[in-house]
Amino acid sequence: MTDLLITNVRLLDPASGLDSQGALLVRDGLIADLGPNLGRPDVPTLDGDGAILCPGLVDMRAELGEPGGEYRETIASAALAAAAGGITTVAALPDTQPAIDDPALVRLLRARGEETGSLTILPYGAVTRGCLGTDMAELGLLHEAGAVAFTDGARAIGSTRLMRLALAYARGFGARIVQHPEDPSLAAGGAATQGELATRLGLPAIPAAAEAILVARDIRLAQMTGGAVHFAHISTGEALDLIRRAKADGLAITCDTAPPYFDLNETAIGNFRTYAKLSPPLRREEDRLAIVAGLADGTIDAIASDHQPRDADDKRLPFAQASAGGTGLATLLSVTLAQVHGGQLPLSHAIALLTCRPAALLGSRAGTLARGAAADLCLLDLERAWKVDAGTLPGKAQNTPFDGRALEGRVVGTFKAGRRVFG
Amino acid sequence: MLTPTRHLLQIEGMHPPEIGALLDLAESYVLLNRSGKTQRDLLRGRTLINLFFEDSTRTRTSFELAGKRLGADVINMSVANSSVNKGETLLDTAATLNAMHCDLLVVRHAQSGAPALLAQKVDAAVINAGDGTHEHPTQALLDALTIRRRRGRLEGLTVAICGDVLHSRVARSNIHLLTAMGSRVRVIGPPTLIPAEASRLGVDVFHDMKSGLQDVDIVMMLRLQKERMSSGLVPSSREFFRFWGLDAEKLAFAKPDALVMHPGPMNRGVEIASDVADDPIRSVIKEQVEMGVAVRMAVLDVLSRQAKRND
Repeated sequence: MTDLLITNVRLLDPASGLDSQGALLVRDGLIADLGPNLGRPDVPTLDGDGAILCPGLVDMRAELGEPGGEYRETIASAALAAAAGGITTVAALPDTQPAIDDPALVRLLRARGEETGSLTILPYGAVTRGCLGTDMAELGLLHEAGAVAFTDGARAIGSTRLMRLALAYARGFGARIVQHPEDPSLAAGGAATQGELATRLGLPAIPAAAEAILVARDIRLAQMTGGAVHFAHISTGEALDLIRRAKADGLAITCDTAPPYFDLNETAIGNFRTYAKLSPPLRREEDRLAIVAGLADGTIDAIASDHQPRDADDKRLPFAQASAGGTGLATLLSVTLAQVHGGQLPLSHAIALLTCRPAALLGSRAGTLARGAAADLCLLDLERAWKVDAGTLPGKAQNTPFDGRALEGRVVGTFKAGRRVFG
Repeated sequence: MLTPTRHLLQIEGMHPPEIGALLDLAESYVLLNRSGKTQRDLLRGRTLINLFFEDSTRTRTSFELAGKRLGADVINMSVANSSVNKGETLLDTAATLNAMHCDLLVVRHAQSGAPALLAQKVDAAVINAGDGTHEHPTQALLDALTIRRRRGRLEGLTVAICGDVLHSRVARSNIHLLTAMGSRVRVIGPPTLIPAEASRLGVDVFHDMKSGLQDVDIVMMLRLQKERMSSGLVPSSREFFRFWGLDAEKLAFAKPDALVMHPGPMNRGVEIASDVADDPIRSVIKEQVEMGVAVRMAVLDVLSRQAKRND
């Protein structure tokens, strides 16, 4: 088993409030000790060179390509991208082919994660069979098999009745429903956010309010059923206001966002740039600023990669026909750090949104530097500059919406159970 | 230099002097066409491909005639008999066209941005002949030429664009062109057929014809597709005609000498009454077709000169 001493690092663990210079000792893949002075134990030593050592990132939303989308991404290739992004735990979306609506598939995904040796996969279970939005899946059996929560992935649960039943039923197992908050009938066929830009480009548009409309409905349903709703990739200020109020009212409402929604606005789709076609679509600058504010004030509980691998052929199409989605594993941390460098978000808060906060939502013990915990670690050089280049990203899928973006702060080492898996 | 780019993909972003120069050149082609002379040496040895992914008789024929009058070898490819129907992608088509050494590529496609995508991949100069609900630049140019010849100017005129503005590439190109040239533009239609934030394009929005047509110089009607009724944007064609169809009664709100235009093909009794469409004094719909050939000759002329410079 793995023994290692990482010295000369800034230990940063938002879960425990730790932020100090020191070293971390790994024994048998677990964190044996950490602190300012660990002496000189007789184990291999790695000089951290003053970098930050934080928990390995916990990404609560990613599509991994398996099963069924292997031409876009495989678990092996996603694991490479995750390792390069400092991610050691990922929650996998269930709207695959076939959908993760059977306990055997939940177990399969967990096992496939272990096979990578670098990435723990926490599977979501489907809310409905086939993620088709009609019949409820076997939530209890999926939960028992290890599904961490339930969602239909990129498909919103549109039926009010079904959402009500799912929330009530899942509550019995203490499980959350993760919603893609976009009213399906308003979003059907849409490719961009409704407004001046979509009007100029002549693109079928989705009103930004499609998000708030479903969020408002689901908050009401959460209140009615006592169930817990988590809203994924929140992208509008209006939805965030509703969530802020629901939290103040004590409802079991949580949410995450993804880097495109606080780093980019709709102008990224510029001259029909399909790599910036996402679901939900990129929003106006006012909404981007509202998401930035929601990160800072704590309304947003986590930042997820929202990794959606696409093949070049999925994207080399006229805009409305191109598939929505962008990669995010390799850029999750660095794009988030742009908020830190820009002064909008304290570093420890940013790391919390990427580690212990999503881990808590997923019921996972990952995401903290606790003695006795698995040594899943991320070594981070806060100042190292790099440029995102679609075509040379780790992993298979290259459809990043951040192509050409200059970033500051980069993962220099990733450790899974004490073993170096990147850097 | 008339246009700084290799392609004609959109009116948005074009500068008034470029537009004016294109219209001047087109004007000279009107006179040439009327004199019965041709200029068959200009595009001799050049290949023009009409690549139409959507049905069109008027625009395709107009480009074909324009190309032939300038001496180009013109080939028509329509989707019904091309391999695109057999699963070939737009970009496979681009590669095929490159191998054929096509010089000028005229594209119509049901998707906004499709010609822009092709333009990134083909060697030919691409001319957008209508893409989805985005733009139809040569239509706006021919409309402008028609107006300019009748009124002597574009500046200071008030133009009403009426009907299904939401789905109209003709409306978008005309809005960009006319506002750039100093016309005042109004759009008139039911709220469900006016695009979001249309006023940000520099137009005034009206929902009823009476106030919208008040004192306008030009009434530009748009085609209403049947599927707008089935998708619930308007309840029925008879209701549409009652409130937004152009008949003599509504036309009376406009200036007494206001001109009536339509990009065709018309749905008589839906967006326009036959007596208005066929009015020999007010309607310039047939003239628009004539201007179409001249404008497309001018566009082919300019883009082929541009291409020669780049050779």
